[in-house]
Amino acid sequence: MSHAVTADSHGHAHDAHDHGPQGILKYIWSTDHKIIAMQYMFTGMIMALIGGFMAYVFRMQLAFPGQSVPGFGVVSPGEYNSLVTNHGSIMIFWVAMPVLIAAFGNYLIPLMTGADDMVFPRINRLSYQIFLISAILIIASLFVSGGGFGGAWTAYPPLSSMSEYSLTKLGSSMWLLAVALEFVAFLLGGINFIVTLMNARAPGMKAYDIPIVCWMIVIASILFMLSVGPLIAGAVMLLFDQMIGTGFFDPTRGGDPVLWQHLFWFFGHPEVYVVLLPAIGIVIEIIATFARKQLFGYKIILYTAIVTGILSFFVWAHHQFIAGIDPRMANVFTVTTLLISVPIAEMMFVTVATLYGGSIRFTTPMLWALAFVAEFLIGGVTGIFLGASGSDIYLHDTYFVLAHFHYTFFPIAIIGTFAGFTYWFPKMFGKMMNETLGKIHFWGTIISFNFIFIPLFFLGIGGQHRRIYNYENFPDLIAGQPLRVVATVAMLAMLAFQVVFFINLFSSLKSGKKAGNNPWKANTLEWTTTSPPPHGNWPQDEMPKVYRGPYEYSHPDRDEDYWPQNLPS
Amino acid sequence: MKPLATTRSATGIPTGRLAIWWILASEIVIFGGLIGSYLMFRLGHPEWADAAAHTNTWIGAFNTFVLLSSSFTAVLAHQAAEKGEGKLAAKYLSFTILGALTFLVVKSFEWASEISHGYTITANGFWSFYYTAAGLHGLHVIAGAIIMAFIAKDAAQNKELHRVELIGIYWHFVDVVWIFLFPLLYIAK
Repeated sequence: MSHAVTADSHGHAHDAHDHGPQGILKYIWSTDHKIIAMQYMFTGMIMALIGGFMAYVFRMQLAFPGQSVPGFGVVSPGEYNSLVTNHGSIMIFWVAMPVLIAAFGNYLIPLMTGADDMVFPRINRLSYQIFLISAILIIASLFVSGGGFGGAWTAYPPLSSMSEYSLTKLGSSMWLLAVALEFVAFLLGGINFIVTLMNARAPGMKAYDIPIVCWMIVIASILFMLSVGPLIAGAVMLLFDQMIGTGFFDPTRGGDPVLWQHLFWFFGHPEVYVVLLPAIGIVIEIIATFARKQLFGYKIILYTAIVTGILSFFVWAHHQFIAGIDPRMANVFTVTTLLISVPIAEMMFVTVATLYGGSIRFTTPMLWALAFVAEFLIGGVTGIFLGASGSDIYLHDTYFVLAHFHYTFFPIAIIGTFAGFTYWFPKMFGKMMNETLGKIHFWGTIISFNFIFIPLFFLGIGGQHRRIYNYENFPDLIAGQPLRVVATVAMLAMLAFQVVFFINLFSSLKSGKKAGNNPWKANTLEWTTTSPPPHGNWPQDEMPKVYRGPYEYSHPDRDEDYWPQNLPS
Repeated sequence: MKPLATTRSATGIPTGRLAIWWILASEIVIFGGLIGSYLMFRLGHPEWADAAAHTNTWIGAFNTFVLLSSSFTAVLAHQAAEKGEGKLAAKYLSFTILGALTFLVVKSFEWASEISHGYTITANGFWSFYYTAAGLHGLHVIAGAIIMAFIAKDAAQNKELHRVELIGIYWHFVDVVWIFLFPLLYIAK
């Protein structure tokens, strides 16, 4: 084909790289994948602080109902609904996705595959800019008249479609538009990731030489792309229901509210794996590096990730067991849900098998990675009770569900992110983070995390329902109040320990020890360039070539216990 | 200088062509979700056939013919681009754009007539789907025609000729979506 050649011959027309904008514009108008990754990373962090503040406000309301919350004031029922809704939406769409997929994907895929940038740098920049607009829109929606949308992140009609029920006409539509824009941003970014991994790899890098985390981010992008379509169609229908009065989801006019649930969860369940797979990828990179041992079962991990992706399209109705779906359908979805735990469990066993016989270094990133395995396991095992329709009918919409998915999403979005961030921090900024502060932050966060959500499991088993503004109004449920107070106090402790992280972050950026190219003695290509990598990642005549897989640690033929991918044998 | 990554091709497939197929994959599930929802409703509501009887099959058929012809000129444009004849490719692309405009003009007269008879998007479930699905498709026609105009302008100066193929692939997809919508919205009565 002549096309590859024509792309080359027009190089002079796009000289943006060497003569791009200068000064501050260099950072906000850059097409460099590393700068875009940092834009995603820090936008995600700011959104995490906003989402965390929301959690603080509504947990205070739950523990001490009706009292004024410091920094917010008295929480009204409408505000409470809006806070829990936007906490969920922000943490998933504006924290987990931008950080785990967009930030790490942008940073790692070109560096780990030996490319100098993404294959579509300008689409990459556009993707972040659309994402930024969506983030501004969701924040703005909290301040319009009527307040932010309060119909839960699942946005079931009729609460989401009819403003006489939700009382947030403007907030509902802005929430929906923000989510839709966010989807557009990630479709653009995802296409970039997929094509970059397929086409822009270093010479010599075969399919099984690609680091697992790159595979995971790309499989996640494909999952997202194939699952989000029906929800985009559903979002258009919901927007028309809200704004021009169609009746797609209105049963009195021949519509069907359960259709939205199907469209939402057809996306919503694969979405769990969209954020889980990159987190597992990060954890696997870290565990292989700090166990100083060859990764156990590279191909097993890859194949189970693909199987997980395929199965994830057939489990969605386990969210709807009490929504009036056919009980025979509930049987089918129970079986598929139990099946999908097999490949996920396999990935967990692979990490344990990698540790076995290794020479383990308990650095801060390694602690986060190990904590991911332990905590996610609790989330996975409690999921079995919710995936089986029999027990789910009892547990549905209780705090058990809430505790379960926080034991999956917290390890994914927070533990996985801290693992990756502390591991690649030396590469991103050229400085080492402080290990002592890192460990204080780690233990403080992990212990308080368990004190938040283990009590909520007990509340859920005790029949305490979710989405209640003030439990004092329900004499049957007030017995759970002491455990709610425990959870809230633990959450305050967890928020306080995040201060340690930011102290560590800023003091390390300012005066951290110099990192050098490869502080962890790891094999993958990003460690062969300087820290932080220059524009273009490597000097043009030193672009790396790949000679072996990424996990050749403690090879018997070598004196050193690592064997970088780019060294000729 | 373009980044080296944009010129690599580990799979042997040009990067632009790979990307356009992934874009189509994401579009297929969007229209798939909409059409799937419509089918579920249609099967559950036999009375929608009465509403569907008010659509004009002949106008729909004419528009189908227009879109298919415009896809044909897109193929001719691709052939010309492969031979390096940018001017000819641009000429064929302009015929395709003309087809898109014809399609949109016919559609607007058709919708105006239907709305004036009271068949608006809120009239009932069938009309909601009719306008939503055809409207979403129409947006794709508009977007495709605009992008095609830019590509034709470049092609006329023999620049970025590989893009002629890419917009062609997209245009065939827009065509195929209509091939699904036409029988579902017009013929099934």
